Amino acid sequence: MNLLENIRLALSGLKTSKMRSLLTMLGIIIGIASVIAIVTLGDSLTGSITDSMSSLGVNNVTVSLRERESEDMRMGGTDIEEDDKFTDEMLEGLLEAYPEEITAISLSESAGSGKAQDGRLYANVSITGTNIGYQTANNIEMLEGRYLIDKDVDGKKEVAVVSDKFAANLFGADAAPADVLEREVKVYTDKEILTFVIVGVYKYDTSSMMAMGGTASDQDLRTDTYIPVTTAKKIAGSDAGYQSFTVIARSDANSQTVIADVQGYFARYYPESHKYTVNAFSMESMVESMTSMLSTVQLAIAAIAAISLLVGGIGVMNIMLVSVTERTREIGTRKALGARNSAIRIQFVVESIIICLIGGIIGVILGIALGIMGATLLGYPAQPSVSIILIAVAFSMAIGVFFGYYPANKAAKLDPIEALRYE
Amino acid sequence: MSHIIDMKDIVKQYYIGTPNELTVLRGLSFAVEEGEFVSIVGQSGSGKSTLMNIIGALDHPTTGSYLLGGEDIHSMTGNKLSDIRNRRIGFVFQTFNLIPRTSALKNVELPMLYGGMSGGKRTARAKELLDLVGMADRMKHQPNELSGGQKQRVAIARAMANDPDIILADEPTGALDSETGRLVMDIFHRLHREQGKTIVLITHNPELALETERVITISDGSITGDRARDANAVGDDGESGEGGSRESA
Repeated sequence: MNLLENIRLALSGLKTSKMRSLLTMLGIIIGIASVIAIVTLGDSLTGSITDSMSSLGVNNVTVSLRERESEDMRMGGTDIEEDDKFTDEMLEGLLEAYPEEITAISLSESAGSGKAQDGRLYANVSITGTNIGYQTANNIEMLEGRYLIDKDVDGKKEVAVVSDKFAANLFGADAAPADVLEREVKVYTDKEILTFVIVGVYKYDTSSMMAMGGTASDQDLRTDTYIPVTTAKKIAGSDAGYQSFTVIARSDANSQTVIADVQGYFARYYPESHKYTVNAFSMESMVESMTSMLSTVQLAIAAIAAISLLVGGIGVMNIMLVSVTERTREIGTRKALGARNSAIRIQFVVESIIICLIGGIIGVILGIALGIMGATLLGYPAQPSVSIILIAVAFSMAIGVFFGYYPANKAAKLDPIEALRYE
Repeated sequence: MSHIIDMKDIVKQYYIGTPNELTVLRGLSFAVEEGEFVSIVGQSGSGKSTLMNIIGALDHPTTGSYLLGGEDIHSMTGNKLSDIRNRRIGFVFQTFNLIPRTSALKNVELPMLYGGMSGGKRTARAKELLDLVGMADRMKHQPNELSGGQKQRVAIARAMANDPDIILADEPTGALDSETGRLVMDIFHRLHREQGKTIVLITHNPELALETERVITISDGSITGDRARDANAVGDDGESGEGGSRESA
């Protein structure tokens, strides 16, 4: 009895009792679909987070100050005294100490947020003081004009680099980025009115905002406006130092080495006895730990979903046992006609595999659909994994073999005389 | 002529060694020649079903020897026994036992499928056999679309599939009315006459038995009669056959 005949036989059997077959498959369908949906959704989430983090530069090392005694892992602290902060001299020294590893240092200092107004038009902004290295560290893509330069920083100039969204909101949608250069903007913050001259327009990266779950309308979107870090300090009324900064490592540098070197460099400024210690970490290590955390969660949920597969498998076994009992006479007849035990066994195992396989395929399709739907709803690009689909299909077949074998073996071992006499 | 069935001192016991020990067959010995049309007659409980199971290689005797076409069945188990049933025996059951949801053609192909015959040859042979029993126009029908007589004819075609040594028919007309029963018996007579098939007919009906060349009567596990019918009356003329036999009985 060849395989093709068995498959044909199993399919015709399933066709004659469609409702029962469907109900039997349901356990498998739900099990496979939920596992696939969860994995697809999880992969999309991980992928999108990894992407957006990578766009911030995996080779960057963020350096911050942390209280030595504190268990708190927060970056920096709001109450660090001015004398304890990183100074310009320290940073310059760091750059000079490791020229073969560090290309630039990116600084940022928030100068509050507010609203730029021009007649009835307005744009929400958050003002960030930055230096030249910030552009490289954050992959800021310029559309028009220029980014901040040393002269701006050294001269504490009141210049600003704004986003294209900002330009469109403030000067009207038809204003080309080139037109807004050299224009003056007034930003109303809580405390004061700041005036800047626009020197450049950068491309606002929508994906990074989407990844963070931002849903604000275009008009109310709050985009970053970059001003020289020195200017920001002047506005904030402080001029001593920085709580944190980002080291932009060369692309061929190992981020672990950079971290070690940075910590080594700062050891003399912040010795064991000092109240603060220097904390350094790279995006790479953060992405890694985040990804591994996500996949652990994903695995746990998928394992729970897999329990329904077990239940589905037991359902298949139950139906197969019923089927064997119902077809006792048929089995007896087949044996009288010369079917070997193995032929009977294969017939029922194939039937069980077919049930599980069809259920598995339906489950995969359903699961991918659900996963894509979920991912789209949450705003991530869906990434159904081919390997997990193949595993799911293979696994459903394995369920068929595992849960079909016992009933099939029972059928194979029936005594033909008893089976033929069965009413 | 050589012996197709050669049974010596066949004993079948159940529940051996328990207080309920039951002896169903008490040392039967008989032989069937190639090309014979034999009937085995007996009342319910006489042991004829047990004997049929042993002849059909579905069961082993407790003691005694059984040679089927020269092969010792007693020593065979499992797959060998399956293959013997497949090649040497064609079963025809009282309740037809066609495989449900499977066309007449596929039913007839089944023994050849288990015998490992290739697809094309199988279908050709099955069509030929269905034509032989007058079912050529109903090949694609499933069992539930066929009448009792039609089912039994398909079952006979199926029994013939692997050109077996014996056709073993267990009350083949038992579930049919007399008219279709007659039709089925005619097919057996024709297979016997035209193809020289060895046919063993098991029945409780003495009238039916008297249509055959030789009648073996079983009672309480022993053979109580074994006689050939009058040679002159051999044929498928039921009336004269029955009449002649009744006299000799």
